[in-house]
Amino acid sequence: MAYLPVGIVYGCLYALTAIGLVVTYNTSGIFNFAHGAEGMFMAFLYWQLAVGWGVPWPIAMLIVLLVIGPLLGAGIEKVLMRHLYSAPLAVTLVVTLGLLLFLLYLADAIWTPTITRQPPDIVPGNFHLFGVSVTWYDVLVLAVSIAVALLLTAFFRRTRAGITMRAVVDDRELAARAGASPTRTSQLSWMLGAFLAGLAGIMIVGGRLQQLDQLNLTILVIYGYAAAVVGRLRNFRLTVAGAMLIGLLQAYAVGYLPVNLLTNLGPVIPIAVLFLALLVIPHGRLATARFGAKTRRLTSLRTSLGTAVAFVVGAWLVAGFLTAGDLTYFGRGIALGIVLLSLVLLTGYGGQVSACQMTFAGLGAFFMGKLFGGDSVGGLIAAFIIPAAAGAVLALIVLRLRGIYLALATLAFAYMMDNLFFNKELGVGGILQVGRFAVHSEQAFVVEIAVVFGACAVAVLALKRGEFGRRLAAVNDSEVACAALGMNITGTKVVAFTLAAGIAGLGGALYGGWQHVVSPNDFGFLLSLTALLIIAIGGLDTVAGAFLAALFLALTPVIQQHIGDSLGIPNLVGLLVGLGAVSLGRSPGGIAGSLSDAAEWLRARRAAGPALDERRREEVSVRVAS
Amino acid sequence: MSLAEAASDADLLDEPAPAIELIDVRAGYGRVEVLHGISLAVERGTVFALLGPNGAGKTTLLNTACGFVRPTTGCVHVGGFHVNDVAPEVLAKAGVASITEGRGVFPNLTVSDNLRVFTHAGNESYAGVQERAFDRFPRLGERRNQLAGTLSGGERQMLAMCRAFATEPAVLLIDEISMGLAPMIVHGLYEVVGQLAAEGLTILVVEQFAPVALSVADKAAVMRLGNIVAMGKPDDVADSLSEAYLGAAS
Repeated sequence: MAYLPVGIVYGCLYALTAIGLVVTYNTSGIFNFAHGAEGMFMAFLYWQLAVGWGVPWPIAMLIVLLVIGPLLGAGIEKVLMRHLYSAPLAVTLVVTLGLLLFLLYLADAIWTPTITRQPPDIVPGNFHLFGVSVTWYDVLVLAVSIAVALLLTAFFRRTRAGITMRAVVDDRELAARAGASPTRTSQLSWMLGAFLAGLAGIMIVGGRLQQLDQLNLTILVIYGYAAAVVGRLRNFRLTVAGAMLIGLLQAYAVGYLPVNLLTNLGPVIPIAVLFLALLVIPHGRLATARFGAKTRRLTSLRTSLGTAVAFVVGAWLVAGFLTAGDLTYFGRGIALGIVLLSLVLLTGYGGQVSACQMTFAGLGAFFMGKLFGGDSVGGLIAAFIIPAAAGAVLALIVLRLRGIYLALATLAFAYMMDNLFFNKELGVGGILQVGRFAVHSEQAFVVEIAVVFGACAVAVLALKRGEFGRRLAAVNDSEVACAALGMNITGTKVVAFTLAAGIAGLGGALYGGWQHVVSPNDFGFLLSLTALLIIAIGGLDTVAGAFLAALFLALTPVIQQHIGDSLGIPNLVGLLVGLGAVSLGRSPGGIAGSLSDAAEWLRARRAAGPALDERRREEVSVRVAS
Repeated sequence: MSLAEAASDADLLDEPAPAIELIDVRAGYGRVEVLHGISLAVERGTVFALLGPNGAGKTTLLNTACGFVRPTTGCVHVGGFHVNDVAPEVLAKAGVASITEGRGVFPNLTVSDNLRVFTHAGNESYAGVQERAFDRFPRLGERRNQLAGTLSGGERQMLAMCRAFATEPAVLLIDEISMGLAPMIVHGLYEVVGQLAAEGLTILVVEQFAPVALSVADKAAVMRLGNIVAMGKPDDVADSLSEAYLGAAS
C-alpha cells in the first residue's frame, strides 16, 4: 500500500513521456529517440531560468514550455526531420540518435555535471491518505497527466488540426491533394512533441528525481519507450496502462525485493517490460521499413587482399613512429574498428539495425580474459564462438521484429546485459584482466590487431560478393519478395547476426588485450549506440566506412585533448558524433558513401567525356553546315 | 492579386479564361522527360477525356496540372492564372481537386475523419460536406465510423469521389478511377461523373478504359509517348485510338 502513490506517480511520469513519443511518431512517422534528450534539455533550461537566473518559476515554466519548446520542435523539424519523411528507416534512426547524443553532450558542456542542481519546489508540503504520505507535487503530476491525456485524445479525435496531423502521416501526398499543408502540419506536430517532452522533463525533475542529471533524465525517458511500445506506438489508453504497470512494478520492486537483487534488477524492470512487450505484442503497420541501400561497386578479392596487406604494413610503419601515448589510441581505434566491421555486415549489408554490438564485444573481452588462461588462442576462439552463439540466440528471439522494433529490442538487450551480466559478474565499475595472444610488445600487438581487422574486412567483402551476400541484400530489399521465392529468410538473418556477433566479440577480445583491463563501462549500451552512429557517419554499407570510423575513433582523444579541452567542452567527440549523425539526414551514405559516389561520378564522366565532346562537335558542325 | 488571395476569395475561376490550360508544357522526372511539349485547354463546364496506352504520360500531365510535377518549360494556367510554381496544397485550396488511382483515401482514418480532412479545400463546412457525401452515397453514412482502409474498393472510390463534389471544387482531375474495380462499379462511378458534369463542373478525366470515359466527354485527346496524337470530338478521336494503342505506323 505504501508504494502505491510512488508507483502511480512514476507511472504518470512515464505516461507523459510515452504519450509525447506516440504523438510525434503518429504525426510524423519518425520514432524520435531524442525525445528524452529534448525533455532533459528543456528541464535544464527551466532550472537555468528559475534557479540560475532567479526568474519566478511560473514564468520560467511558461517560457520553457510555450516559447522554447515549440521553437526547439519547429527548429528540429525544419533543419533535420523535413528531409527524412521519405528517408530509409536506418537514417531516421541514426539522425534521431545523433540528436540524442548531441543534446546530451551539449547539456554536459553547458551545465557541468558535477554540480548538484535542484529544481524549485513549486508545490511544497504533503498530506496523509489512509496512512500513506502523499506530496502535493504527486497530486499535481497526476492531475497534469490526466489533463494531458484527455486533451490530446480530444484533440486528435475531434479537431480538424488533430485529424489532419494523422492524415499527413497516413498519406502526405493525398493530404496535399486535399488542400492540407503537409509541411506546416508536420511542423506543428514537432512543436507539440517538443512541448510534451519539456513538460515531462520538468515534471520528472520537479517530482521524484529532485535533482538534475543529464544521463539519468535521458534514460528515464527511455523507460517511456516501453510504455509506448505497450501502446503499439498508437493507442493512448494502452500506453497509459503500460506506463502505470511499469511504475507500479518499479515501486513494488523497491519495496519488496532484497537489496542485493535490487541493485542489479531495479533499473532493468522497465527495459525488461520493453523487451517482452516487443516480443509479445502484435505490432501495427510500420510507417516505413526500408533501408534504401545504394548499389555499390563490388571490391574484387585481389583488391581487397592487396588493400588489407597494405593496411597491415601501414599500421606496422605508423606504429613505429608514434609515441607511446598516441600508439595507445591508434591500437584502440583499430580494435574498435573490428567491432564496426560487424555492423557493416549486419546493418549495412543486411539492414538489420543492431544497437548491441558493444555488448557482444564485451562478451568477447570477458571470455578472452576468463577462459584458457587469458592469453591463449583458445581464448580468442572462445571470444568468437561464445558471442556468436549469443548472437544466434538473440537473433532467434528477435527474429520477427523489424525496423524500429528491432532497434529497440537490441537496445533493451544491451541495457539488460549491462545490468544483469557485466555489472553482476564484474561489479559496477569492476575490472577484468585480459591478456594478449602470442605477442606482447605494443608494436607487434598493433600488427596483430591490424591483421585481424584486415582478415575480417576481406572476409566481409568476400561474403558480400558471394551467394550469402546476395541473399542478405535480397532480404534487406524485400522480405516479402524473398518469401515468395522460397528463400530461407530466418536462416539468412540468423547467420548474419551470428557472424556479426562473432566478429564483434573478436574485436572486443583484442580491445581488451590492448587495454590490459576492461570494465563494464567499456561496453555500456550508450557506447553501442555511439558505435552505430560512428559507423553510419563513416559509411554504413562500406568497409572503407569502418576504416574511416576506426581512424576517427583513434583520433578522438587527440581531438579532445587539443580542441575540446582548450574550448572547455568536456565531451567534444560525443558532440561531434551527434552532429555528424544528424547531418546524415542530408547524405545518408556517410563519408565513404559520398566518396564512392564522387568516384563513381568521376568514372562516369571520364567514360562519357570524350564521347560527349565528340557528339557536341558533330552537332556544331552540322549546325554550321546547315 | 496573388493566387492565395484569389483562393481565399474563391473567385479564382470567375474569369472567362479556360479552367485549365497547358501551353507547350515539357515535364518529367529527373533527367527523363515525359511530356514533350503538350498544349491543351479544358473549357469551363466541360468534360475532357484524356486517353492513351500505358506510359503515354497521362498521369504526369494530370500531376503537372495540379502542381505535383513542375514543368521544365511551358506554362500551366488555372482559371487564367499562371501557376507553374504554386504548391499543390494551395492549388487544392483554390479549387483544383485531383483524385488519383489507388490512393484516394486515408486508410487509417475513419470515413468521417476523411471527410473532415477534405474540408481543407473549399469553403464548405464539415456538416455540409458530411450531409452531401452521405446523401449521395448512403452506404458511406452507414460506415462513417469505420476505418477507410477496411472499406471495399468501390466504397473507397466513393469516399474519394466525395472530395469531388462535397467541397465544390472548380476543376476536378480524375486519374484512372476504373483501376481494379468491377465494371458495374465503374459504371456507377461514371454516372456520378456524368451528374457532376451536368451540374456544370469542369472535369479532366484520365482513362485507359476508353468507352466509358468517351461516353461522358465533350472533348477528348489521345496521348502517346508524351505527345498528343489526336484531339477533338469524342467520336472523331475514337477512330485514332486503336492506332495509338497498337502503335500503327504513322
